[in-house]
Amino acid sequence: MAGLCRSALNLLRSSGARQLSTDVRTVTLIPGDGIGPEISAAVQKIFSAAEVPIAWEEVDVTPVKGPDGKFGIPPAAIESVNRNGIGLKGPLMTPVGKGHRSLNLAIRKEFNLYANVRPCRSVEGYETLYRDVDVVTIRENTEGEYSGIEHEIVDGVVQSIKLITEPASRRVAEYAFQYARSNGRSKVTAVHKANIMRMSDGLFLRCCRETAEKNPDIKFEEKYLDTVCLNMVQDPSQYDVLVMPNLYGDILSDLCAGLVGGLGLTPSGNIGEGGAVFESVHGTAPDIAGLDKANPTALLLSAVMMLRYMDMHKHASVIEQACFETIKEGNFRTGDLGGSAKCSEFTDEICRKISDS
Amino acid sequence: MAAVSRRVLFSLQTLRPLVRDVQPRNVHSAAPLSSAMGVPVSRPEGRTTATLIPGDGVGPELCQVVLDVFKSAGVPLDFKEYHLTELYAPRSDSLEDVVESIKENGLCLKGILATPDHSSDGDLKTLNMKLRDELDLYANVVHIKSLPGLNVRHKNVDMVVIREQTEGEYSALEHESVAGVVECLKIMTRDKCRRIAKFAFDYAVKNGRKKVTAVHKANIMKLGDGLFLKQCQEVAEMYPNIEFNNMIIDNCTMQMVSNPHQFDVLVLPNLYGNIVDNLAAGLVGGAGVVAGASYSSKCVVFEPGARHTFSEAVGKNVANPTAMLLASANMLNHVNLQYYGDMIQNAVDRVIRVGKVRTKDIGGHSTTFDFARAVIGNLRH
Repeated sequence: MAGLCRSALNLLRSSGARQLSTDVRTVTLIPGDGIGPEISAAVQKIFSAAEVPIAWEEVDVTPVKGPDGKFGIPPAAIESVNRNGIGLKGPLMTPVGKGHRSLNLAIRKEFNLYANVRPCRSVEGYETLYRDVDVVTIRENTEGEYSGIEHEIVDGVVQSIKLITEPASRRVAEYAFQYARSNGRSKVTAVHKANIMRMSDGLFLRCCRETAEKNPDIKFEEKYLDTVCLNMVQDPSQYDVLVMPNLYGDILSDLCAGLVGGLGLTPSGNIGEGGAVFESVHGTAPDIAGLDKANPTALLLSAVMMLRYMDMHKHASVIEQACFETIKEGNFRTGDLGGSAKCSEFTDEICRKISDS
Repeated sequence: MAAVSRRVLFSLQTLRPLVRDVQPRNVHSAAPLSSAMGVPVSRPEGRTTATLIPGDGVGPELCQVVLDVFKSAGVPLDFKEYHLTELYAPRSDSLEDVVESIKENGLCLKGILATPDHSSDGDLKTLNMKLRDELDLYANVVHIKSLPGLNVRHKNVDMVVIREQTEGEYSALEHESVAGVVECLKIMTRDKCRRIAKFAFDYAVKNGRKKVTAVHKANIMKLGDGLFLKQCQEVAEMYPNIEFNNMIIDNCTMQMVSNPHQFDVLVLPNLYGNIVDNLAAGLVGGAGVVAGASYSSKCVVFEPGARHTFSEAVGKNVANPTAMLLASANMLNHVNLQYYGDMIQNAVDRVIRVGKVRTKDIGGHSTTFDFARAVIGNLRH
């Protein structure tokens, strides 16, 4: 019954702004730098094997000089994401040196991607010290400690401003509960430090509490950041969905990724008001770029997240299962997982599993 | 020219504590050198006084264990006890008295003070912050070391987390610019960054450590954390024998859960220190087994390393007194009562290694009393 309700709800939601999942939909693809093109190609191949009704629109985001003399994302790329509302992005190199704004940041700003979602799940067959990890970190992504407002008041005294606003806090809290519900999760934990930052984190916490009251079907608890860190490394199974301000989310999401084996296995999605960009958060690995050695799992799982976001749950499950199955069997693991398979072999094996199923 | 001479002067200053402490006291070492070599440590004459702040939550229960153990061991140390709390302000001793007492004794054993989300008088500063500011307890040192016998995922962890705790995010400077928009200031100053960096390197030299890692987020907070990183780098140049590297905080937490053995001494600004302290404590068995200490230039406050009041366990007789006992042993070592410090440390180590008496948090069913009794039974004169 509950399942029926949920699918009816999904249908309702998708028939609104979005189209039904039977239509072919266009997704902007930003392959990225380094190993980006290879792993993007792998994802495209797997998607066509699974006959996902998606058309890719590949764009290049190499910064171009705008009319104001500053370097930025090419307008064509921005238009593409705006038109499609959905993007998949490989790793981008952040140019070292001054004057350049990080491209990742620029994309986040450009599309107002307010929530960063990072599910971390233990991958069967790839052993780490932690086995029972299944948490989702949802991080406010537009303000907080990363507001970028800093100045030197007098020589040797720097003031950095952490900005917390009610609309942004409420927005991410609401998304957390919405995510929990549509992904069949039962608990949301607000992570904060309101005992120290009584006003700013206090505001964030208040927004979470108020949102929790409106969502009585999802369990809600609040925890101090330090407590969560302590418990997370001892028993990660006690957490489910975590929602928190920018910096805490940055730290905790990487901590959780560490529990399951690193950034090569964890997908990530950036949810905005007008659309969403899904990405792999690992680096560009220039040392193995072009050698067919990269592991496309993170980008593939991000693409699976994207499918779920687009309500293509069936395709998502088929691909996800094939991917986990391949890693579990262990015959075609890439170098970072302790195997010797090439990226293409790993990809082919997943495709084979999909067509078998 | 002036710059050069200033640098020479600086390096001279850093050398001085080195020369003075030729024989390291090795305050935090689990197995003190002297006892390892079988040389009897002298039993000092006279008595010492220390301030005792039981704190909130299970603090009073744990301090009672310490008092019982001290009594059985015959430690020549008297406590002056103060009831300091933020939970119910009228029942608290005044902060001035407590500060006065700690200044006088230079020594304090402290449980954990609870920090509620709202204070009774709308003050943004917590009592903990006030105490630290009054005494200028700028350096918090937590030695994370796996206790032999404990069943935890990560084995043989041994690192020292040094945290600046008088500025940064814990500045209690916040205001609501307009309704629904709150600004919270993080303050970083050159002097304090330099001071903690120097403390970390001095600590490394004194305790025979090889490497110092500065943890920061200078890629995002270019000015604030950039200042911290720059000071660490500058100080590092004065210690050519200590390896130095830096790491971004999110990467640091990821590395810590996958490969904690790469770390030796870590130096961090306030909030990151709080995070890493707790995370690292989790690696070796949790808040109940890790001791810490906060230093100013004049006094030391010994306390559990990960600060949790564990208020849900109050009166249930289940809290683990290990952290508090180890902190008290460190305190005794600090004031040249190493004979007793070793005695207590060894007793605790033995109880944990044998593993018959364990509290719930480390996988047993024993009570706090049972544990205390076991430690007392293992005291060897």
